[in-house]
Order: sequence, then structure tokens, then C-alpha cells
Amino acid sequence: MKKYFPMIVVLAAALAVGATLRTPRNPAAFDLVAFGGLPVLVNGRVKPLDTVARTSLLTMQGRQRVAATDGRKLAPMEWMLDMLYRPHQADHYQVFEVTHPEILSMLNLAAEDGAGKKRFSVRQFAGKLAELDRQAKLADSTESPLRSTFQRAVVQLRNNVALYQRLQNSLAASDSEDFLEQLAKFEKALPAGLAATAAPGGGGAHASEDAKLMLEMSRVFMTMDAYSYFHPIPPGAGEEPTAWKTAGGAWSESFAAGKIPPAAAAFATLGRAWRSGQPEIFNATAQAQRQRLNELHPAVMAKVRAEARFNSAQPFYTSTILYVVAFLLGFVSWLKAPETLRRTAFGLVVLAFVLATAGIAGRMWIEARPPVTNLYSSALFVGWGAVLLCIVLEFFYKNAIGSVAAGLIGFATLLIAHHLALGGDTMEMMRAVLDSNFWLATHVVTVTIGYSATFLAGLLALIYVLRGVLTRSLDTAAASALGRMIYGIVCFATFFSFVGTILGGIWADQSWGRFWGWDPKENGALLIVIWNAILLHVRWAGLVKTRGLACLAIFGNVVTAWSWFGVNMLGVGLHSYGFMDSAFWWLIAFVASQLAVVALAAVPAEKWRSAVRFAAPR
Amino acid sequence: MKNLLRQLRDVFVSLKLTVLLLLFSMVLIFAGTLDQVNLGIWAVQEKYFRSFVVYVPLGRIAVPAFPGGYTIGGLLLLNLIAAHVYRFTFNWKKTGILLTHLGLIILLVGELLSGLWQEDYHLRLSEGETRNYAESFRHHELVLIDATASDYDEVVAIPEESLGRRSPVQHPRLPFRVVPKSYYPNSTLHMRSATPGAPGEQATAGLGDHVAASPQPVTHRPDEKNVPSAIVELSGVDGSLGTYLVSAHLAAPQVFTHAGRTWKIALRVQRAYYPFSLTLLKFSHDRYPGTEIPKNFSSRLRIVTPDGRDDREVLIYMNNPLRYGGATFYQAGFENNDLTTVLQVVRNPSWLVPYIACGLMTLGLAVQFGLHLFAFVGKRRRPVPGAAVAPARNPGAAPSPSLIA
Repeated sequence: MKKYFPMIVVLAAALAVGATLRTPRNPAAFDLVAFGGLPVLVNGRVKPLDTVARTSLLTMQGRQRVAATDGRKLAPMEWMLDMLYRPHQADHYQVFEVTHPEILSMLNLAAEDGAGKKRFSVRQFAGKLAELDRQAKLADSTESPLRSTFQRAVVQLRNNVALYQRLQNSLAASDSEDFLEQLAKFEKALPAGLAATAAPGGGGAHASEDAKLMLEMSRVFMTMDAYSYFHPIPPGAGEEPTAWKTAGGAWSESFAAGKIPPAAAAFATLGRAWRSGQPEIFNATAQAQRQRLNELHPAVMAKVRAEARFNSAQPFYTSTILYVVAFLLGFVSWLKAPETLRRTAFGLVVLAFVLATAGIAGRMWIEARPPVTNLYSSALFVGWGAVLLCIVLEFFYKNAIGSVAAGLIGFATLLIAHHLALGGDTMEMMRAVLDSNFWLATHVVTVTIGYSATFLAGLLALIYVLRGVLTRSLDTAAASALGRMIYGIVCFATFFSFVGTILGGIWADQSWGRFWGWDPKENGALLIVIWNAILLHVRWAGLVKTRGLACLAIFGNVVTAWSWFGVNMLGVGLHSYGFMDSAFWWLIAFVASQLAVVALAAVPAEKWRSAVRFAAPR
Repeated sequence: MKNLLRQLRDVFVSLKLTVLLLLFSMVLIFAGTLDQVNLGIWAVQEKYFRSFVVYVPLGRIAVPAFPGGYTIGGLLLLNLIAAHVYRFTFNWKKTGILLTHLGLIILLVGELLSGLWQEDYHLRLSEGETRNYAESFRHHELVLIDATASDYDEVVAIPEESLGRRSPVQHPRLPFRVVPKSYYPNSTLHMRSATPGAPGEQATAGLGDHVAASPQPVTHRPDEKNVPSAIVELSGVDGSLGTYLVSAHLAAPQVFTHAGRTWKIALRVQRAYYPFSLTLLKFSHDRYPGTEIPKNFSSRLRIVTPDGRDDREVLIYMNNPLRYGGATFYQAGFENNDLTTVLQVVRNPSWLVPYIACGLMTLGLAVQFGLHLFAFVGKRRRPVPGAAVAPARNPGAAPSPSLIA
């Protein structure tokens, strides 16, 4: 049994992983998968509606799940359909996260009125929207690094409400009571109405009614066009492949064309079917629309299908769980059943790594970009690189240290990535100077591997200190193995952070005209290189032994965290595109925790629970 | 004495000094990064990295607080060279370290050279416009132009620093002396009538009758510019020709005649002239569809040399500069509703040095750590002496010599 335990556990986990990769299923009679797979253009990228719904929810409330007013759990697509086509109902869903006490009082809200004491519906503060807008405009005039927490929160909430309203205007008109009914009248009256507006004297009382409707609808369409968040109308055959239109824009064109735009009309049909609860019509229309697009834009649809599949599989979420389990098993293996649990943990780490690799590869294919394009993907890749190194270490050393480190760092980086994803779409388009796959693939990837390795060295050092001081499990063999691992990883980190930094210099020379400009991000990278160089030199000079090396490596975590996130918080320099507000306190807490462990390591050797000789690593 | 020298030598070749200097450099870089929030990038470079000592204001006096970039970099260089000279022995295993350190020496020297030699200018061109000069980012010059001839100008340019020193300038091409009376590195202009009886030097000729300058605090913010003004007296053999107010605020030069020749006087952004001209044919600002997110900026230019050797079109876009005539032209920005392009022009004779240095260092590190890695993997592969499992798995084989021993 003991012999087969690892194999059985890993196999079961692999089956569970496989289950997440199946074609997503519809929760009810409506074919939400087909509807969610329809492509739209947002922020320069064509993506499935499914992604739009998920990222909008994440931005507004930090999670993808929505509860309807009757307590039913709604999938992101159900929420989106309600919001678009049953706005009066959906406006009561509590999807806006408001936590700042001053904003709550400004909006006359009590925390108890919110779902989970923090989520509110737009109805709950509908009367205060003008005040929210006014406060946000006041905050806009302050430079974003200088804003107070209230100002930041106000701007964020205003942006979220604006996003909600723009989403509502993307397929229907948010302010017209019965847009779909009006639209039906419009479709019927279009030919006659056009004739009436064209005729010099008008065509009688009936015609003037039509003309009035035409006028009214043209105003509605113009509003929709101006406020639309996404562009759902694909370019026709022979048009520019990027010429996606808004629904309002397509409807506006019907005046000149004299006929109903078919793609926009399909969305209207879908809306009516959703409102009136007619799944047959809904499903047939959605599938027909997909079919048309498959024929018209096969390459776009292939990526959109893959992305929708990727969304439902959530590979990074699954790997997060696997990393946690692997970490726990590896940790327990130091105390009990070492060989069995060690092998199980290692198997799970490899499984999680394969899944994360597939996830990163999927993103690369969808984006047609190298792995790291923004802070979010850098977090994914830092974890990926570090786990790969851990797998190599575990393969050679077989002492569960690699698995524990992999579980911890894999989990931590995916958690960071999850929080970074709350900012919106994680596959954004690259701004001009970054639009270079060559440099993204060389400089950015190498520097990120440098981060991975420096963090891993720090993590191994943390394991060394915590295991040594707090447990009895750090025997001499494990201690000296850890010492050698730290040293080896530091060598690796030095190489990659150095090469990455100078590749950055070369990129800067190519695009800004100087090799080195003392820009904050450049300085951050240089600090990592110098710190790693210091580690190597003190060791070569014999100034420190394993314990000292471990302390220095732990401080390497601080240096790397500063370079990765800290410099972005300064809000200055050419690299401040990844600016982030809220993570500041987390960074402080992280630095404090690392310094605390360094202080812990200073406990005299005889007080360590493991009797470690602080031998010089060979 | 000999003892002291030996001690000194031991300090300079020691690894402890290396570590200490590296630590100091980290502190310097960290402080220099943080201070960019207050000072902006240019002032930080001057204060922290291109200086021997970093001064910190304590009340009204500047106190030397920390060694600057030149000191730390110089000592590191000395330490590195001394250590290698002192301990030099050639050994294949050491090629990695030697190459890395050689590269580092070249890199440090290269950074010093580019700090000394590099010149940054920018070139603004509107569509259809032709220019053969670029303008400095931060430096100004006082120009005196003899515009008597109809087909050419003779220009004497006096750099801003001379005005700041207030030392009179006598130039062989000028029939008068230029005597700076006051100089404000940053200033505003106002009508004299608005502030009658304002203190300070007053101009007597040209615009100075009714316009006066007043000093402003020097700014370091990246989005603001210092606009200098100065009051200069021109004095010929027969006495003063007048005292002029010159300012970078004024777009057009002031004109006067002296001894039958027409002169112009102005304080303007410093120029660098090139032996060729550039014409902007078209500037493009591409955005991602349906957004304002910039995808690319590009400038199509025509490059013409007066000798007729070159007359061709070039395209400059992001990450794709033009290297021509010893200068490099980069796409830096745009203005005026996408009708004007801003190119950055860099002349750095030592631009290749970091490439060579980094190539050497990368190779050196790869060799050094590659050797480590091979040694490590080799050690892991070899059977561990004394491990009982090895013979048990392979009972028929002859015992290995190490087991017998």
C-alpha cells in the first residue's frame, strides 16, 4: 500500500485536473457557452464575452460569483445577460464592493445593508450617483500617487459604476425602458420612416409618427455608440479585420443602408429570448451567430474558443490548490512517513507545474506574446521559474525541500497573481515602446527568471532558519544540503539577473538612446545584481558560513520585492506603467516578516531546536 | 613606512573592501531612487551618481553625507584592478572570473565616459519642416548674430555657464564686449509698468524699456522647465551700446545696428548643428482599434547632405532608431495634434563600450557557473563511496576499487 500510495494520489489528482479541462457545461436550458463564446472587441483585443463578464465582475467586486436577489447563484454570463436585458432586475444585484467608511457614509450606506457587509447594488446608491461623480471629479485633479485613500476609493468606485453603465450600453440602451420593444417597432417602421423623413412635405400623420420614432431611435443609437464598452459587431467580409463596430454604431448605419444590421439584430433576438425565457430561440440564434463567425473569421474564433475554454478550466486556480497540498505533504514528510509523502508531494508539484505551464502556454498562444507582458504575468512566471528550479533541486537531493519550497512559492505567486488580476483584463495590449516581442522574450523573461531564483534562494534560506530554530528536523545532512542549494541558486540568480539587467540596458539604448539612465526600475534590477554579487563575494572571502549566507539570502527577498513592486509604487520613471496603490502595506508587512526571520536566525546556535553545526558549505 | 604601505595594499586588494563598496553602492542607488520623487531624474544623476560626495542640506548648509558615484565607482575600480594585479595567476578555472571582472572594469570606465561625453538633444519637426540642428534639453546659450549679409548669418554663441559666472566676454568676431549684469537660471517676465521701482539691474535698450525679468526658484520636476533670463551690457570702444534684457521666454531675437552692421541678440536653447538636414514627411501615431492606447509612433523623414551624397527616406519608430553621422535619432514624442514629431538625438562616442563589457561579463559568468554546475552534476552522478546499495543491486559485478579500500 505504502508503495502505491504516491501513485494513487497523483493519479487521482490528475483525473480531477482532467475533469476541469472538459468542455464547459450549461447550468440550465440556455446555451450560455455559445453566447459567452461570442467575440467582442474591448481595449484593442478581440475576446469572448465570457472574459468580459468575468473581468468586469472581478474589477467591480473582486470575485466572479454573483447572487441574484432571490439568493440564486448566477454564473458570470447569467449576470451579464440580466444586466444587459433585464436591467431593472439586475440593478438590484449587489456587485459593487464598497469598504471605505467615508464612502459608505457619503452614499448613505450601512455596511450591514451590503452582501457580506461590503457589496452593494447600484440601486442602493442610485440617488447619490451625482455626488459620487462630483467627488471623483474633485479627486481626478489630484495626481494619482498623491491621492488620499478616500480619493482613490472614490475614483475606483466611479470607474466601476461607469464600467457597469458602459457595459449596459454595449448591446441595449440602458436608459430606455423597453429598448427591445422599441427596436421591434423600429425594425418594422424603418423603410416607411426613411421614406417619410426623405419626403419634403412628410407623408401624413402616420408617417410623421414613424419619423418621430426614427428621430428618437437615432438619438438612442448615438448614445449607445458613445457609451459602448465593447464593440460586438464583427467586420464584414472585405472590411478591415480590426473594424469592429459598436451595436449603436451598427444600428445608426441602418438609416443610410435602409436595412437592419444582421449581427446587431441577432443580439436583439437573443435579448428578447432571454427576457421572455425562450431557450430554443436563444440557443438557435447564438449557435447560428457563432457559425457565421466561424466561417467569416476562423482564426479569431479559434483563439476566442480557446480563451473561453481557458476561462472555464481556471488552470491557475487548480494549480494553487495542488501547490498547497504538496506543501503540506512535503512538510509532514519531515516528521512522518518521509519517503511515501515525499514522493507524493513531488508528484503533485510536477502535476501542478505541468498545469501552470499549460496555462502560461495557453495565454502565450492567445496573446501571441512571450510569457511576461505585465505585472500579472510576471507573477505567474516568477512562480513558474522558481518551481522549475525546485523540481531540479528535488530531483537531485530527494529530501522534500524542493517540494516544500515549490508548494510555497507556487502558492504565493499565484495568490499575488490573483490579486493583480483584480485590476482588469490580464491580457492587455502592449503600449508602443513595449510592443516588441524580441525584447519581451529576452530582457523581460531573463530578468523575471532572475527574480524567481533570488526569491527561491531566499525561500530556501527561510526554510533553513525556520526548520532549524523551530523544529528538530534539520539534521546535519539536510543543513549542509540546504547550504549548497542556497549557494547554487544564488549563482543561478546572479547570472540571470545580470544578463537580464544588461539586456534591459541594450533595449534602453535601442529605444531611449542611453544604455543606463538610473531609472527606478533599472536601479531596482541593479540592486538585485549587486546583492547577489555581495552574497557570492562574502562566501568566497569566508566572511560568512551557512547561517550568514541564509540571512543574506533572506534579505535578498526584500531587495527583489522592492525591485518587483516597490519601485512601481514611487510613481516616477519610465517604467511606472504597472502602478499599484493597495499593495504598499503588503510590501511593508513582507519586509517586516523577512527581517523578523533574520532576527530569529541570530538566536545563538545552542538555542536552535535542531542542533545544527553552522558548517561552511562545501 | 613599509609596514604602512603593506597595510594599505592589503586594504586595497581585500575582498572585504569589495563587499563594503558594493554595500555602499546599494545604499547610494536606493537613496538615489527614492530621491527621484523629489528631485527628478536629472538632478538625482548629478547629485548621487555623477559626483564625488553627496551633500545633504542641513538647515541652510550642505553637509557631506555619503560618498558619491564617482568615489564608490572609482574605489571599486581600484580595488578590482589592485586585487587582480596582486593575485594574478593564470588558471583555466579562473577564466570565468577574469572575464567577468575585465568586463566590469570596462563597464565602469564606459559609464564614466558616457557621463562625460554623452550629449542629449531633441529635434522638433512639423510635417514638411526641414532642420539641420537639434536643441538641448536643458542648456541655453546667448547668441549674437551678425545678420548683415543677406544669404548667411555669423553666429557667436556664449554658453549659459559664462553668463552665470558674470565674467565679461571678448570674442574676436565681436566688435564689442559682452558684460553679463545679472543672470536668472529660472525666471518670469512681466511688464515694468506693473511693478514700478522694482530692484535689480534694469535694461536700457530693446524690449527692456518696458519688460523686466524676475528670478524664480530652479525646478527639477520632469514636467517643468527652467526658463532663464539675463541682463547683458554690450560695450564698444566708445562706451556702452546699451543694456539688453534677454530671455528664453522671448521667441524672436532683438535687433540693433552697430557700426553699419545689423546685429541680433537672443538667449535661446543651445543648438547642435549637423552636416545634413532632416525633413519630416509624415508622423504617424497608431492606436489599437477602438481605443486610445498607443500602438506605435513613427516618423518618415528625408535625409539630405549638402554634398548630394545622401538623399533618401528613412523611417524611425519605437525600438528602431536611426544611426547617422555619429548621432542616433530616436522617436521620443509628439506634439501639436500628431503633426509635430519629437526626436531625441544622442551623440555618445562610447556607446559600444557597454556592449563589449556586457558581452565579456556574460561569457565570464556563464563559464564560471557552468563549471560549478558540471562539477556538481558530476559529483551527484558518481556513486557515493560506502553506500551499501550499489553492490547489492549488481551482485555479479566485480567490486569497485573504492569499496575494497
